[in-house]
Amino acid sequence: MTAEPDVTSRGQLVLRRFLRRRLAMLGFTIVLVLFAIAYLSPLFVAWQYDELDASAFLSPPTGEHWFGTTQNGFDMFALTMRGMQKSLVVGLVGAVLSTALAAIAGAFAGYFGRILNAAISAVMDLLLVLPGFLIVAILSPLFQGRTWLFFVLLLAAFQWMITARIVRGMTLSLKEREFVQAARFMGVPGWKIIFRHILPNMASLLIIDATVNVSSLILAEVGLSFFGFGIQPPDVSLGTLIGNYSNAALTFWWQFYLPAGFLVLLVLAVNLVGDGLRDAFDPNAPSRVT
Amino acid sequence: MISFLLRRLAYLALLVLVATSAAYFLAATQLNPRSRYEGRNPPPPAAVVDAALDALNLNDRTPVLERFARWSTGVFHGDLGRTVDNTSVNEEIDRRMWVSLRLMLLGAILGSALGVAGGAYAAVKQYQKFDHVLTVFSFVILSIPTVVLAVLYKNAGIGLNNLLGFTGETKLLYTTGEMTPGLDPWTGAGIMDRMAHLILPTLVLASISIAFYGRYQRNAMLDILGSDFLRTAQAKGLPRSRALIRHGLRTALIPMVTFFAYQFALLFVGATFTEKIFGWHGMGEYFVNSVTGQDVNSVAGVTLFVAILVLIAGFLADVAYAALDPRVRV
Repeated sequence: MTAEPDVTSRGQLVLRRFLRRRLAMLGFTIVLVLFAIAYLSPLFVAWQYDELDASAFLSPPTGEHWFGTTQNGFDMFALTMRGMQKSLVVGLVGAVLSTALAAIAGAFAGYFGRILNAAISAVMDLLLVLPGFLIVAILSPLFQGRTWLFFVLLLAAFQWMITARIVRGMTLSLKEREFVQAARFMGVPGWKIIFRHILPNMASLLIIDATVNVSSLILAEVGLSFFGFGIQPPDVSLGTLIGNYSNAALTFWWQFYLPAGFLVLLVLAVNLVGDGLRDAFDPNAPSRVT
Repeated sequence: MISFLLRRLAYLALLVLVATSAAYFLAATQLNPRSRYEGRNPPPPAAVVDAALDALNLNDRTPVLERFARWSTGVFHGDLGRTVDNTSVNEEIDRRMWVSLRLMLLGAILGSALGVAGGAYAAVKQYQKFDHVLTVFSFVILSIPTVVLAVLYKNAGIGLNNLLGFTGETKLLYTTGEMTPGLDPWTGAGIMDRMAHLILPTLVLASISIAFYGRYQRNAMLDILGSDFLRTAQAKGLPRSRALIRHGLRTALIPMVTFFAYQFALLFVGATFTEKIFGWHGMGEYFVNSVTGQDVNSVAGVTLFVAILVLIAGFLADVAYAALDPRVRV
């Protein structure tokens, strides 16, 4: 009787290493829990983010309003959860968009070279020189009444350049490898080689990059929304809450510290996941900045 | 070599040109200086508004290309145009950049020096107490948005003032502005007053730099520590500390140089939040106000300023790179 040979794929290996890292698992659990509370709690609580309680203005946390209320009687818990939904979605969608953009632009520039490379490099250099914050701020009146996707798209547009450079460098060396050469001589078109052979070979880089981007995009959203250039009212995000109530931190602390606390917890958890992923993919590398 | 540098310089200058023009077109088409005259009571006559806007080259009824032509002619003569309040953009930048520099110089120097030293030391003492403290500190600070960090420090400062009984006019730590108005800045009291204003924002900026550089330098140093040339240096009789500093730290600094240079350029606008929360009237504040104030020429001016800084920083990074890494010079 022949036993199946014990084969462990790279994916299983990485997963096993990730599961073994306690801090990374803690971060992952926190992200999942925050996700669940943000989306499920509105179904169970009495007050929604757009409902006014005319009998409780500026109330500190109570049994009815867990996180207190604002000047106008909005429920702070509902606002924070709503804000967290936005921050999560902005971070995740933005990160996927910017990593995808970086992968495609970098790989195409590296694989096809010449004019395409020159054009993409020029765009990257230009975007690095232009202050992204300013450009998003100028365009912010356009977000009014439009979907937040437009805002996320802009954020992602100023986030991809550095990763794209790394991807281009890796593409240049992968291009010379035998399996890519073989595919090319068999007549596989370039774009197919990129998606089938080149990008899957840098999956670890792209996964780590996307995770790191989640936290940078959440932080970028907070910065822009703080000045009113991000998510537009009546919608709320953690950034708009922090911006609106940063002056209340000393007097009516719950308006500032509770949303800010949730934000920091979220970013911290995402960073822990990113760090864990990096170690899982490359156990020899020391953990890097997330 | 010379021709390569010249070509590079020409390319960089072209980038600045394109970036600034793009910012001008975006601002000129998206911002609306006319709205500043709307909603006044009594409403000013349309002809007066047009004349005022024309004088500032901000009239949206003039075709944007014509406005751009007038603005760029001015720029080539060193004049960045007028703000919406009819002051000179040049003077505004000239005044504000020094405010920003005074705010950031100390924080940046302190933060990067402590960060690099701390990171290198943590790498040498890997997995010991200092290393753990720095790792946790960096991790937490880098997860807090600058706005929140600035508000936390500001409130801690106010709390400390109250705790120590500084509730009157004179405070231990000030949380708004650059100095108490009416005080002569060059007397002993004036300098003390400036320092008391500077401490909190400097701490904010320094914390972020320490967290960032500390973590990066630690990893760069760890990569170096296992290398053969460091072992060789010790084997030929160099004391460990000398070998670590002369051969280890110097090599580990090379990848950091690029960060330093870019960081400093971006600091000017990146300190926006710190400036805004501590009430300093620097470039970062100008950056935000130019957009909220529908100030087209200021937006273009700020973009030009940032673009030039980024490019100078990139150039300086190349020079420093050559100074640290002899291979580049060959």
